Amino acid sequence: MGLDFTVVPGHLDIILLGCAWTIGIALAAALLSFFGGIIFAVIALYTPWIIRQPFRLIEWVFMGTPLLLQLFLIYFGLVQIGIDLPAFVAGIIGLGLHFAVYNSELIQTAILSVDKGQMEAARTVGLSRGQALRKVVIPQAVRDVIPPIGNNMIALLKDSALVSVIGVSELTLSAQRAIGATYRPFEFYLVAAMFYYAINLCMEWVQRRIERRISISR
Amino acid sequence: MDIDLMMRVYPFFLTAAWTTIQLSVLTALLGLSMGALGASARLSRFALLRFVGAAYVSLFRGTPALIQLFILYFGGPQIGIQLDAFEAGVIGLGINAGAYMTETIRGAIISIDKGQREAARTLGLSQWQATYKIVLPQAARLMVRPLGVNLNMLIKATALVAAISVVELTYTAQRYIGSTYKPFEMFLLAGVLYMIIIYATGRAVAWLDRRVQIT
Amino acid sequence: MSDQDHFVEIRYAQKSYGSLEVLKDISLNVERGQIVAIIGPSGSGKSTLLRAINDLDPLTGGEVWLDGVQVNKSLPHRQYEKHINEMRQHVGMVFQHFNLFPHMTARENVTMAPMLLKRLSKAEADKLAEEQLDKVGMLDRIDYYPSRLSGGQKQRVAIARALAMEPKLMLFDEATSALDPELVDEVNLVMKKLAEEHMTMIIVTHEMDFAASVCDRVLFMDQGVVVEEGPPSVVFKNPTKERTREFLRKHLAGAA
Repeated sequence: MGLDFTVVPGHLDIILLGCAWTIGIALAAALLSFFGGIIFAVIALYTPWIIRQPFRLIEWVFMGTPLLLQLFLIYFGLVQIGIDLPAFVAGIIGLGLHFAVYNSELIQTAILSVDKGQMEAARTVGLSRGQALRKVVIPQAVRDVIPPIGNNMIALLKDSALVSVIGVSELTLSAQRAIGATYRPFEFYLVAAMFYYAINLCMEWVQRRIERRISISR
Repeated sequence: MDIDLMMRVYPFFLTAAWTTIQLSVLTALLGLSMGALGASARLSRFALLRFVGAAYVSLFRGTPALIQLFILYFGGPQIGIQLDAFEAGVIGLGINAGAYMTETIRGAIISIDKGQREAARTLGLSQWQATYKIVLPQAARLMVRPLGVNLNMLIKATALVAAISVVELTYTAQRYIGSTYKPFEMFLLAGVLYMIIIYATGRAVAWLDRRVQIT
Repeated sequence: MSDQDHFVEIRYAQKSYGSLEVLKDISLNVERGQIVAIIGPSGSGKSTLLRAINDLDPLTGGEVWLDGVQVNKSLPHRQYEKHINEMRQHVGMVFQHFNLFPHMTARENVTMAPMLLKRLSKAEADKLAEEQLDKVGMLDRIDYYPSRLSGGQKQRVAIARALAMEPKLMLFDEATSALDPELVDEVNLVMKKLAEEHMTMIIVTHEMDFAASVCDRVLFMDQGVVVEEGPPSVVFKNPTKERTREFLRKHLAGAA
């Protein structure tokens, strides 16, 4: 059958639209995973056993099963309990929670490595435990985890392709639509791959810049 | 929770789990081979090989594994590559995992102190003898744990082949969710099996890691 | 060919990293059985010179000859590799940080190269390891891994490892600099023993007392050149150059 890339420009609009969706979904899920990660980390470290354990279980399940399976659970599970959300919202929630768990691992380690003296110093000037966490400990921990969280966010971008399977019209599904019209899978998946690669390179560039800035500010 | 339903369908999940295990083992073997090749290329003294190695790592780690799988399975026939879904799954995921393992293996090798190679060379060992007698045995010990992480990711990544209709655990769960409208029960069945596979693998890696450490 | 009559001959050795000149036209002859110490401040190029002798840090100019054969010959890659591996079998080297192979016991550290390169049988190699480790006083730790040895013990095993290849020349690159002070003597003792056996040795060191007591000749290097050279009695007691005097003053004052 051979390859014929001349069919690509005619469907570039749908690909670009898919690209925009991918970026939007990845961004929303990244934000959710970041703040979710902080909340999970604080729960894991600073709450009583009875609250902590269920979260441990959730973490364990999220790290021990494939993202795709989790997406199916969230998408169909929400419908099952009467919450009928658009697929893209379910996708954002699924991606966001999945990566929140991975971010939480990093943040926990970072919080623990922030000097104990910092917490004590904050408490001696009269801050409550919560205030000390919010104002002193977490900001320092967050700075430490930005580079490794950057890696997670790059992984999140690539994994956002999975939400095509639950019918979210992002880049991968857009490529599939174009293929449906042209029967040219190789060409369009390759184009999609190029877009993912380009976004990925941009993210790596930003990550390097942030890392440099952090290392300067020390 | 619909226990009756779960009791009825669990044999299908067991069969599917066996497929997931086969996929994982074959993918891991291919990934390790690709990783060894990739690391050799990246550490080669020939600039061209180093470039090829770096490009392999960058391209396959920089794009979604799902897309790579689709290019191979759906696009392959256009360039004369005809594979069934299972074969495409193993090859696609194996090449993808190989890119990650390349970096793991390379990282372990370059972390060996360069004095080790120097000491071997001053005794008269050739570059290659120094590599396989001195550097690789030490690097291999350092690799076990990070390769275990790669393996963990790889097992979860086998779920992607559900998208090209290989009847493994995730595909089976998806199909039964569609036909029974019981997402929690089906997730529970598949999830427990995944966690057993991943837990067992993790224990095996930890055991191996302990065994290879120098006392 | 050369009008060789020196055992080790370094001619006009030059080494530069970009515009930084580390060795500037250094020439040096060492005779069979001689023991030469190279002293000088850090960054003077003394380690670079030592490492050039077995081409671990290849020179950018000049020649190194050992026993009538040029070490740093220019050859196609494959032939050069074969040549240098053969040459290095005759040159033992001891490093500041020991570089023992951590995945091998003391015995295996010693037997590995002779078995691999000289095709010694396991039994022959074991016998050799026992001899060499006995010589450095490490026979009782023969089956220990390096992680369970002290710095001084590691260095003694490293010396045994080098000796097992029956080298014609031994190079010591600050062999005691990384050791705790109380462990220095046990290594110096082994080196003295080698000196008594008339092993040819080139020693880069910070230990003036040791250099004075075992060496036939001392080189003082600074900024890539040999500033002063002669028997220890002259270089240490009556140096002729101001730079040498200054270095010794600082160094001996610091040591005291």
